[in-house]
Amino acid sequence: MSININGSPTNLPSDTRVSLLDLLRDHLNLSGTKKGCNQGACGACTVLVDGERILSCLALAVQYEGRSVTTVEGLSTNGLLHPLQQAFIDHDGFQCGYCTPGQLCSAVGMLREVRRGLPSNVTNDLEGESITLTRDELCERMSGNLCRCGAYNGIVYAITEFAETTK
Amino acid sequence: MNSFTYARAADVIDAVQQGTRVHAKYLGGGTNLVDLMRETLEQPSALVDVSGLSSDITEREDGSLLIGAAARNTAVAEHRAVRTRYPLLARAILAGASGQIRNMATVGGNLLQRTRCTYFYDNDGSRCNKRTPGQGCDAIQGFNRIHAILGASPSCVATHPSDMCVALAALDALVHVTGLDGSRTIAVVDLHRLPGDHPEIETNLRPGELITAVELPALPFAQRSVYRKVRDRASYAFALISVAAALDLDHGIVKDVRLALGGVAHKPWRALKLEASLKGQPATTQSFLAAVEEELADATPLPHNKFKVELAKRTVVAVLAELAGDIS
Ligand SMILES: Cc1cc2nc3c(=O)[nH]c(=O)nc-3n(C[C@H](O)[C@H](O)[C@H](O)COP(=O)(O)OP(=O)(O)OC[C@H]3O[C@@H](n4cnc5c(N)ncnc54)[C@H](O)[C@@H]3O)c2cc1C
Ligand code: SF4
Ligand code: FES
Ligand code: FES
Repeated sequence: MSININGSPTNLPSDTRVSLLDLLRDHLNLSGTKKGCNQGACGACTVLVDGERILSCLALAVQYEGRSVTTVEGLSTNGLLHPLQQAFIDHDGFQCGYCTPGQLCSAVGMLREVRRGLPSNVTNDLEGESITLTRDELCERMSGNLCRCGAYNGIVYAITEFAETTK
Repeated sequence: MNSFTYARAADVIDAVQQGTRVHAKYLGGGTNLVDLMRETLEQPSALVDVSGLSSDITEREDGSLLIGAAARNTAVAEHRAVRTRYPLLARAILAGASGQIRNMATVGGNLLQRTRCTYFYDNDGSRCNKRTPGQGCDAIQGFNRIHAILGASPSCVATHPSDMCVALAALDALVHVTGLDGSRTIAVVDLHRLPGDHPEIETNLRPGELITAVELPALPFAQRSVYRKVRDRASYAFALISVAAALDLDHGIVKDVRLALGGVAHKPWRALKLEASLKGQPATTQSFLAAVEEELADATPLPHNKFKVELAKRTVVAVLAELAGDIS
C-alpha cells in the first residue's frame, strides 16, 4: 500500500483513520500543509492529487493509495521557489502565512481548471470554450481558501500576475 | 473516530455484498462522511469505497443522460451535455461548496449528504431527534434561521443542504439503485423523505442499497433554465433559499414549467402546485406571484426564519421573470 508524495513513494499507515492531512503533517513531517478547521471550511489543507486540488482534511489517506500528491513543499524545484511563491512575496500575498500553503496549491490547481475551460458560478456563458480570468472569476474560484489576516488584495495580485506570465 | 476497515469495491455486485453487511457504509469522496465520522455522528465499522465505480456520463438514444454515481461534481458541471442541455444542473453544482470540495464530491454522496442543522452537529450540547431518536429537537425553540418552512414536523425542522438535488428535482431525475434483491429506479423527488415522526430515516433506500447512477430524462426546454441561490455570503456558503427552474413559453403563455426550491424543507421541494397553477397562464409577474403564493400557502415558518417565505417568493418571481425575458 503506497502513495506518492512529492515524487517519493511512501507507505500508507495501517490505521485507516489517518487523514491525508495527518499523514503529511504528523507521519511525514511535511508541516507546510496546514490544519485550520479540519472540517472542510477553510482550505488551509489544500493539496494537489494528480494535479487536482482537494482538501486533505476530508480525505482518508487510504482513499488515495496509488495516487500522486503534491504539497507546498513539492512546488519548489531544487530549492528554487515556484514563480507563484515569488509572486506572493512580491505582492504581499500574506501576513501571518498560515493560509498561504493552501492558497498556493489551490491557485495552481485552479489555473489548470481555468485552462481547460471549467466554468464557475460567475461564468456568464456556460457554453463558451475558454475562460477569461477576471477578478470576479478569480475570487469566486479561490473562495474555498479563507485568509483570516485578510491579505486578499495581495493574493489576488499575486495570482493574477502569475496567471498572466504563464498564459 | 471509531476504527473501521476500508476496502475498494471491485464492481457493483462486490460493493453491494460488502455494503449490506451490518454497520458498513459506502464511501464516495468522503467530504461529508469523514466529517460526520470525526464528529462521531456516523460510526461505521466498514467503509466500502465506491468512488472507483462508474463515473461515465453517457448520452443515450432516447435523449436521456446517464451519470455514473461516482462522477465527481466538477466533472458533471464541466460536461458539455450538462452545460448545454441542463444548464440549471451545471449552475446548481457550481454554486455549491468550493472548487476543492467539488473535485472530491461524487454524485452519489451529494444525494445522500446529511443536514447542516447546527444542533444535529452539536453532539454533546443539544437534543436532536435525528441523532438520537426520541430525544427532542432543540432547533424548534432555538436559532432556527436556516431551518425549514415547508413539510417540517414537531420532530424535526432540518433542511436538506444540497444544491445539486434541487436541480435534479426540477428535472424529474431518476436514481438508479442496486441492492441484494436486484436493481430499481426511484424518482429523485421520492428519494428523500419528509421528517414526520422519524427524522432519523432520511431516504426511501433499503438498507445497503447502492446508488449506481442518476438519469436525466430528455427535457428540451431545460436548455433555458436557471439556478439561483441566495445565501449569507456570495460564495462558499449553503443556501438560505435556492430556486431551480425551466420555463417553456408559447407566445407569452406558459406551456410548461419546472421549478424546485432548496433551503425550505427536509428534501428538495418540487413546486407542483406552482407548476399546475402556472400552466396556460400568461408569463407575467402577476401570475408568477399568484402561483408562488399558492405554493407557499402552507408554509409554517419558525420564529427566526419568517424572512424565508418572502425571500422564496421574491426569488421565484425573479427567476421566472429572468427566464421569461422582458415582461411587465
Ligand atoms: C465546507 C463545506 C461546504 C459545503 N457547501 C455545500 C454547498 O454549498 N452546497 C452543497 O450542495 N453541498 C455543499 N457541501 C456538501 C458537499 O456537496 C457534500 O459533502 C458532497 O456532495 C458529498 O459527496 P461525497 O462523495 O464526498 O460523499 P461522502 O461523504 O463520501 O458520502 C456521503 C453519504 O453518501 C453515502 N454514499 C456515497 N456514495 C454512495 C452511493 N454510490 N450509494 C449509496 N450511498 C452513497 C455515504 O455512505 C454517506 O452516507 C459542502 C461541504 C463542505 C464540507
Ligand atoms: S431540526 Fe432535526 S436535525 Fe436539527 S436538532 Fe431538530 S431533530 Fe435534529
Ligand atoms: S483544514 Fe481542511 S479545510 Fe480547513
Ligand atoms: S496570511 Fe494569515 S491567514 Fe492568510
